[in-house]
Amino acid sequence: MALRPPVSEHDHSAGSASAPLVLVEYGDYQCPHCAAADPVVHAVQKALGKDLRFVFRNFPLAEMHPAAEPAAEFAEGAAAQGKFWEAHDAIFAWSRRHGPPSLGPSAFAAIAQTLSLSPEQLEADVSGHRYLERIKNDFNGGIRSGVNGTPTFFINGSRFDGAPTFDELSQALRALL
Amino acid sequence: MAILKAGDPAPEFSLPSTPDQRVSLSDFRGQPVVLAFYPADWSPVCGDQMALYNEMLAEFRKQKAQLLGISVDGVWCHAAFAEDRKLHFPLLADFEPKGAVARNYGVYRSAEGLTERALFVIDGEGIVRWSYLSPIGVNPGADGILDALDAMTNQEK
Repeated sequence: MALRPPVSEHDHSAGSASAPLVLVEYGDYQCPHCAAADPVVHAVQKALGKDLRFVFRNFPLAEMHPAAEPAAEFAEGAAAQGKFWEAHDAIFAWSRRHGPPSLGPSAFAAIAQTLSLSPEQLEADVSGHRYLERIKNDFNGGIRSGVNGTPTFFINGSRFDGAPTFDELSQALRALL
Repeated sequence: MAILKAGDPAPEFSLPSTPDQRVSLSDFRGQPVVLAFYPADWSPVCGDQMALYNEMLAEFRKQKAQLLGISVDGVWCHAAFAEDRKLHFPLLADFEPKGAVARNYGVYRSAEGLTERALFVIDGEGIVRWSYLSPIGVNPGADGILDALDAMTNQEK
Protein backbone atom coordinates (compact mmCIF):
# COMPACT_ATOMS: atom_id res chain seq x y z
CA MET A 1 0.00 0.00 0.00
CA ALA A 2 1.57 3.22 -1.10
CA LEU A 3 0.59 6.81 -0.67
CA ARG A 4 -0.64 7.89 -4.10
CA PRO A 5 -1.05 11.63 -3.91
CA PRO A 6 2.49 12.48 -2.77
CA VAL A 7 2.95 15.03 -0.01
CA SER A 8 2.90 18.49 -1.50
CA GLU A 9 2.75 22.13 -0.50
CA HIS A 10 -1.05 21.84 -0.50
CA ASP A 11 -0.93 19.57 2.53
CA HIS A 12 -1.18 20.68 6.13
CA SER A 13 2.29 19.97 7.30
CA ALA A 14 4.29 20.50 10.49
CA GLY A 15 8.05 20.23 10.67
CA SER A 16 10.82 20.72 8.16
CA ALA A 17 10.04 20.07 4.50
CA SER A 18 13.51 18.52 4.19
CA ALA A 19 13.05 16.11 7.12
CA PRO A 20 14.13 12.55 6.25
CA LEU A 21 10.96 11.10 7.80
CA VAL A 22 7.43 11.97 6.70
CA LEU A 23 4.48 10.71 8.71
CA VAL A 24 1.10 11.15 7.02
CA GLU A 25 -2.12 10.57 8.93
CA TYR A 26 -5.55 10.09 7.37
CA GLY A 27 -7.96 10.97 10.14
CA ASP A 28 -11.56 11.68 11.07
CA TYR A 29 -12.27 14.33 13.71
CA GLN A 30 -15.15 12.39 15.22
CA CYS A 31 -13.29 9.09 15.39
CA PRO A 32 -12.32 8.22 18.97
CA HIS A 33 -9.17 6.40 17.83
CA CYS A 34 -7.98 9.50 15.98
CA ALA A 35 -8.63 11.64 19.04
CA ALA A 36 -6.57 9.21 21.08
CA ALA A 37 -3.80 9.21 18.47
CA ASP A 38 -3.39 13.01 18.48
CA PRO A 39 -1.31 13.23 21.68
CA VAL A 40 0.66 10.19 20.51
CA VAL A 41 1.59 12.03 17.32
CA HIS A 42 2.68 15.02 19.39
CA ALA A 43 4.91 12.84 21.52
CA VAL A 44 6.41 11.27 18.40
CA GLN A 45 7.00 14.72 16.91
CA LYS A 46 8.75 15.80 20.09
CA ALA A 47 10.90 12.68 20.21
CA LEU A 48 12.02 12.89 16.58
CA GLY A 49 12.37 16.66 16.40
CA LYS A 50 13.75 18.00 13.16
CA ASP A 51 13.93 14.55 11.59
CA LEU A 52 10.15 14.37 11.25
CA ARG A 53 7.60 16.10 9.09
CA PHE A 54 3.95 15.40 9.95
CA VAL A 55 1.09 15.75 7.49
CA PHE A 56 -2.62 15.45 8.25
CA ARG A 57 -5.21 14.60 5.59
CA ASN A 58 -8.96 14.42 6.06
CA PHE A 59 -10.74 11.09 5.96
CA PRO A 60 -14.20 11.84 7.36
CA LEU A 61 -16.48 8.79 7.60
CA ALA A 62 -19.39 11.15 7.15
CA GLU A 63 -22.20 8.61 7.22
CA MET A 64 -20.96 7.07 10.43
CA HIS A 65 -19.82 10.29 12.09
CA PRO A 66 -22.18 13.14 11.22
CA ALA A 67 -19.89 15.83 12.68
CA ALA A 68 -16.73 14.57 11.00
CA GLU A 69 -17.13 16.54 7.80
CA PRO A 70 -18.25 19.81 9.47
CA ALA A 71 -15.30 19.44 11.87
CA ALA A 72 -12.94 19.04 8.93
CA GLU A 73 -14.52 22.10 7.30
CA PHE A 74 -14.04 23.98 10.56
CA ALA A 75 -10.36 23.04 10.70
CA GLU A 76 -9.88 24.05 7.06
CA GLY A 77 -11.60 27.37 7.81
CA ALA A 78 -9.25 27.85 10.75
CA ALA A 79 -6.34 27.11 8.38
CA ALA A 80 -7.45 30.02 6.24
CA GLN A 81 -7.10 32.13 9.39
CA GLY A 82 -3.63 30.71 10.01
CA LYS A 83 -4.59 28.35 12.83
CA PHE A 84 -4.98 24.89 11.35
CA TRP A 85 -2.98 22.93 13.92
CA GLU A 86 -4.49 24.86 16.81
CA ALA A 87 -8.00 23.99 15.60
CA HIS A 88 -6.98 20.40 14.75
CA ASP A 89 -5.67 19.81 18.28
CA ALA A 90 -8.58 21.65 19.89
CA ILE A 91 -11.19 19.50 18.11
CA PHE A 92 -9.49 16.28 19.19
CA ALA A 93 -9.01 17.62 22.72
CA TRP A 94 -12.72 18.50 22.85
CA SER A 95 -13.59 15.03 21.66
CA ARG A 96 -11.41 13.37 24.30
CA ARG A 97 -12.86 15.55 27.04
CA HIS A 98 -16.55 15.65 26.12
CA GLY A 99 -16.86 12.60 23.88
CA PRO A 100 -16.98 12.44 20.05
CA PRO A 101 -20.80 12.75 19.89
CA SER A 102 -20.59 16.21 21.50
CA LEU A 103 -18.87 17.68 18.44
CA GLY A 104 -21.14 20.08 16.60
CA PRO A 105 -21.95 23.76 16.14
CA SER A 106 -21.74 24.70 19.82
CA ALA A 107 -18.42 22.89 20.25
CA PHE A 108 -17.05 24.65 17.17
CA ALA A 109 -18.27 28.03 18.48
CA ALA A 110 -16.53 27.43 21.78
CA ILE A 111 -13.30 26.37 20.07
CA ALA A 112 -13.43 29.38 17.75
CA GLN A 113 -13.74 31.65 20.75
CA THR A 114 -10.86 30.01 22.61
CA LEU A 115 -8.63 30.31 19.56
CA SER A 116 -9.77 33.87 18.76
CA LEU A 117 -10.95 32.85 15.31
CA SER A 118 -13.54 34.94 13.51
CA PRO A 119 -16.76 33.02 14.19
CA GLU A 120 -18.70 34.67 11.35
CA GLN A 121 -16.07 33.72 8.78
CA LEU A 122 -15.88 30.15 10.09
CA GLU A 123 -19.64 29.78 10.13
CA ALA A 124 -19.76 31.02 6.53
CA ASP A 125 -16.96 28.63 5.51
CA VAL A 126 -18.62 25.62 7.13
CA SER A 127 -22.20 26.27 6.06
CA GLY A 128 -21.07 27.38 2.58
CA HIS A 129 -18.93 24.20 2.26
CA ARG A 130 -16.05 26.31 1.07
CA TYR A 131 -13.44 23.63 1.72
CA LEU A 132 -15.56 20.55 1.14
CA GLU A 133 -13.97 19.75 -2.20
CA ARG A 134 -10.50 19.79 -0.70
CA ILE A 135 -11.73 17.45 2.03
CA LYS A 136 -13.28 15.08 -0.50
CA ASN A 137 -10.05 15.13 -2.49
CA ASP A 138 -8.18 14.11 0.64
CA PHE A 139 -10.68 11.30 1.18
CA ASN A 140 -10.45 10.02 -2.38
CA GLY A 141 -6.66 10.13 -2.30
CA GLY A 142 -6.83 8.09 0.89
CA ILE A 143 -9.06 5.48 -0.71
CA ARG A 144 -6.65 5.21 -3.64
CA SER A 145 -3.78 4.76 -1.21
CA GLY A 146 -5.45 1.88 0.60
CA VAL A 147 -6.77 3.69 3.66
CA ASN A 148 -9.24 1.24 5.23
CA GLY A 149 -10.20 2.95 8.46
CA THR A 150 -9.14 5.73 10.75
CA PRO A 151 -6.55 6.61 11.67
CA THR A 152 -4.33 5.24 8.91
CA PHE A 153 -0.69 6.29 8.91
CA PHE A 154 1.88 6.27 6.13
CA ILE A 155 5.59 6.48 6.83
CA ASN A 156 7.65 7.77 3.94
CA GLY A 157 4.88 6.74 1.59
CA SER A 158 4.24 3.20 2.87
CA ARG A 159 1.23 2.23 4.93
CA PHE A 160 2.01 1.60 8.58
CA ASP A 161 -0.04 -1.36 9.77
CA GLY A 162 1.07 -1.39 13.41
CA ALA A 163 -0.82 0.00 16.36
CA PRO A 164 -0.81 3.80 16.62
CA THR A 165 1.09 3.84 19.89
CA PHE A 166 4.15 5.91 20.72
CA ASP A 167 6.40 2.86 20.85
CA GLU A 168 5.31 1.29 17.59
CA LEU A 169 5.20 4.53 15.62
CA SER A 170 8.51 5.88 16.86
CA GLN A 171 10.21 2.51 16.37
CA ALA A 172 8.96 2.24 12.80
CA LEU A 173 10.12 5.78 12.11
CA ARG A 174 13.55 5.40 13.73
CA ALA A 175 14.14 2.23 11.76
CA LEU A 176 14.28 4.36 8.62
CA LEU A 177 16.77 6.88 9.97
CA MET B 1 -12.95 -24.74 -4.94
CA ALA B 2 -10.66 -21.77 -5.44
CA ILE B 3 -11.89 -18.20 -5.69
CA LEU B 4 -13.12 -17.24 -9.15
CA LYS B 5 -10.65 -15.13 -11.07
CA ALA B 6 -10.57 -12.65 -13.92
CA GLY B 7 -12.12 -14.11 -17.06
CA ASP B 8 -14.44 -16.54 -15.26
CA PRO B 9 -18.17 -16.12 -15.83
CA ALA B 10 -19.81 -14.79 -12.66
CA PRO B 11 -22.42 -17.32 -11.47
CA GLU B 12 -25.95 -15.93 -11.52
CA PHE B 13 -27.70 -15.55 -8.18
CA SER B 14 -30.96 -14.28 -6.81
CA LEU B 15 -30.93 -13.47 -3.10
CA PRO B 16 -33.20 -11.57 -0.73
CA SER B 17 -31.99 -8.08 0.17
CA THR B 18 -34.98 -7.30 2.40
CA PRO B 19 -37.86 -9.43 3.69
CA ASP B 20 -39.79 -8.74 0.47
CA GLN B 21 -37.19 -7.96 -2.19
CA ARG B 22 -34.76 -10.06 -4.16
CA VAL B 23 -31.70 -8.95 -6.09
CA SER B 24 -30.23 -10.87 -9.01
CA LEU B 25 -26.87 -10.40 -10.65
CA SER B 26 -28.62 -10.19 -14.00
CA ASP B 27 -30.58 -7.13 -12.79
CA PHE B 28 -27.40 -5.20 -13.47
CA ARG B 29 -26.54 -6.41 -16.98
CA GLY B 30 -24.82 -3.57 -18.82
CA GLN B 31 -23.18 -2.07 -15.76
CA PRO B 32 -20.30 -3.13 -13.54
CA VAL B 33 -21.11 -4.82 -10.24
CA VAL B 34 -18.89 -4.73 -7.18
CA LEU B 35 -19.64 -7.81 -5.12
CA ALA B 36 -18.23 -7.61 -1.61
CA PHE B 37 -18.41 -10.80 0.46
CA TYR B 38 -17.81 -10.21 4.17
CA PRO B 39 -17.89 -12.62 7.11
CA ALA B 40 -20.66 -11.10 9.22
CA ASP B 41 -22.77 -8.09 10.09
CA TRP B 42 -21.91 -6.25 13.32
CA SER B 43 -18.17 -6.31 13.05
CA PRO B 44 -17.09 -4.25 16.05
CA VAL B 45 -14.48 -2.01 14.44
CA CYS B 46 -14.83 1.65 13.63
CA GLY B 47 -14.56 2.26 9.92
CA ASP B 48 -15.22 -1.34 8.97
CA GLN B 49 -15.38 -2.54 5.40
CA MET B 50 -19.08 -1.93 4.71
CA ALA B 51 -18.93 1.47 6.42
CA LEU B 52 -15.99 2.42 4.23
CA TYR B 53 -17.77 1.40 1.03
CA ASN B 54 -20.86 3.25 2.22
CA GLU B 55 -18.80 6.44 2.17
CA MET B 56 -17.79 5.75 -1.42
CA LEU B 57 -21.17 5.35 -3.07
CA ALA B 58 -20.78 8.60 -5.00
CA GLU B 59 -17.49 7.33 -6.38
CA PHE B 60 -19.04 4.00 -7.44
CA ARG B 61 -21.97 5.86 -8.98
CA LYS B 62 -19.54 7.94 -11.02
CA GLN B 63 -18.24 4.67 -12.47
CA LYS B 64 -21.87 3.51 -12.95
CA ALA B 65 -21.05 0.54 -10.75
CA GLN B 66 -23.52 -1.15 -8.44
CA LEU B 67 -22.20 -2.17 -5.03
CA LEU B 68 -23.66 -5.28 -3.37
CA GLY B 69 -22.64 -6.54 0.07
CA ILE B 70 -23.18 -10.23 0.76
CA SER B 71 -22.90 -12.41 3.84
CA VAL B 72 -24.66 -15.42 5.35
CA ASP B 73 -26.65 -13.22 7.74
CA GLY B 74 -30.43 -13.24 7.32
CA VAL B 75 -32.52 -10.36 6.00
CA TRP B 76 -33.68 -9.14 9.42
CA CYS B 77 -30.12 -9.03 10.66
CA HIS B 78 -29.06 -7.15 7.51
CA ALA B 79 -31.96 -4.73 7.97
CA ALA B 80 -30.95 -3.92 11.55
CA PHE B 81 -27.27 -3.63 10.60
CA ALA B 82 -27.97 -1.39 7.61
CA GLU B 83 -30.20 0.86 9.68
CA ASP B 84 -27.70 1.13 12.51
CA ARG B 85 -24.79 1.91 10.19
CA LYS B 86 -26.88 4.00 7.80
CA LEU B 87 -25.81 1.86 4.85
CA HIS B 88 -27.27 2.95 1.53
CA PHE B 89 -26.64 -0.10 -0.63
CA PRO B 90 -28.14 -3.60 -0.69
CA LEU B 91 -26.90 -6.30 1.65
CA LEU B 92 -27.76 -9.72 0.29
CA ALA B 93 -28.59 -12.68 2.50
CA ASP B 94 -26.76 -15.83 1.37
CA PHE B 95 -28.74 -17.52 4.10
CA GLU B 96 -30.73 -20.41 2.64
CA PRO B 97 -29.31 -22.67 1.42
CA LYS B 98 -26.56 -21.27 3.56
CA GLY B 99 -23.57 -19.92 1.68
CA ALA B 100 -24.69 -21.35 -1.67
CA VAL B 101 -23.64 -18.25 -3.61
CA ALA B 102 -20.37 -17.95 -1.70
CA ARG B 103 -19.61 -21.58 -2.60
CA ASN B 104 -20.23 -20.83 -6.28
CA TYR B 105 -17.73 -17.99 -6.09
CA GLY B 106 -15.22 -20.13 -4.18
CA VAL B 107 -15.33 -18.00 -1.04
CA TYR B 108 -17.12 -20.11 1.59
CA ARG B 109 -15.41 -21.20 4.80
CA SER B 110 -17.28 -24.35 5.68
CA ALA B 111 -15.40 -24.85 8.97
CA GLU B 112 -16.81 -21.61 10.38
CA GLY B 113 -19.93 -21.35 8.22
CA LEU B 114 -18.92 -17.87 7.06
CA THR B 115 -18.04 -16.29 3.78
CA GLU B 116 -14.52 -15.14 3.20
CA ARG B 117 -13.71 -11.45 2.95
CA ALA B 118 -13.53 -11.33 -0.83
CA LEU B 119 -14.11 -8.82 -3.58
CA PHE B 120 -15.26 -9.27 -7.16
CA VAL B 121 -15.61 -6.69 -9.90
CA ILE B 122 -17.96 -8.05 -12.56
CA ASP B 123 -18.47 -6.37 -15.92
CA GLY B 124 -21.75 -5.61 -17.67
CA GLU B 125 -21.60 -8.94 -19.51
CA GLY B 126 -21.36 -10.92 -16.28
CA ILE B 127 -17.66 -11.74 -16.50
CA VAL B 128 -15.39 -11.47 -13.48
CA ARG B 129 -12.78 -8.83 -14.28
CA TRP B 130 -10.99 -8.77 -10.93
CA SER B 131 -11.15 -10.68 -7.68
CA TYR B 132 -9.36 -10.47 -4.38
CA LEU B 133 -9.33 -12.72 -1.34
CA SER B 134 -8.41 -10.77 1.78
CA PRO B 135 -7.10 -12.24 5.02
CA ILE B 136 -10.36 -12.56 6.95
CA GLY B 137 -9.34 -10.13 9.68
CA VAL B 138 -8.09 -7.42 7.34
CA ASN B 139 -10.31 -4.77 5.78
CA PRO B 140 -9.09 -4.78 2.16
CA GLY B 141 -10.00 -1.14 1.56
CA ALA B 142 -11.16 -0.08 -1.86
CA ASP B 143 -8.10 0.84 -3.89
CA GLY B 144 -8.15 -2.50 -5.74
CA ILE B 145 -11.83 -2.10 -6.64
CA LEU B 146 -11.32 1.38 -8.04
CA ASP B 147 -8.25 0.29 -10.00
CA ALA B 148 -10.26 -2.57 -11.54
CA LEU B 149 -13.14 -0.24 -12.46
CA ASP B 150 -10.66 2.23 -13.97
CA ALA B 151 -9.04 -0.51 -16.03
CA MET B 152 -12.45 -1.49 -17.42
CA THR B 153 -13.36 2.09 -18.27
CA ASN B 154 -10.02 2.62 -19.98
CA GLN B 155 -10.39 -0.55 -22.00
CA GLU B 156 -13.76 0.57 -23.31
CA LYS B 157 -12.32 3.87 -24.54
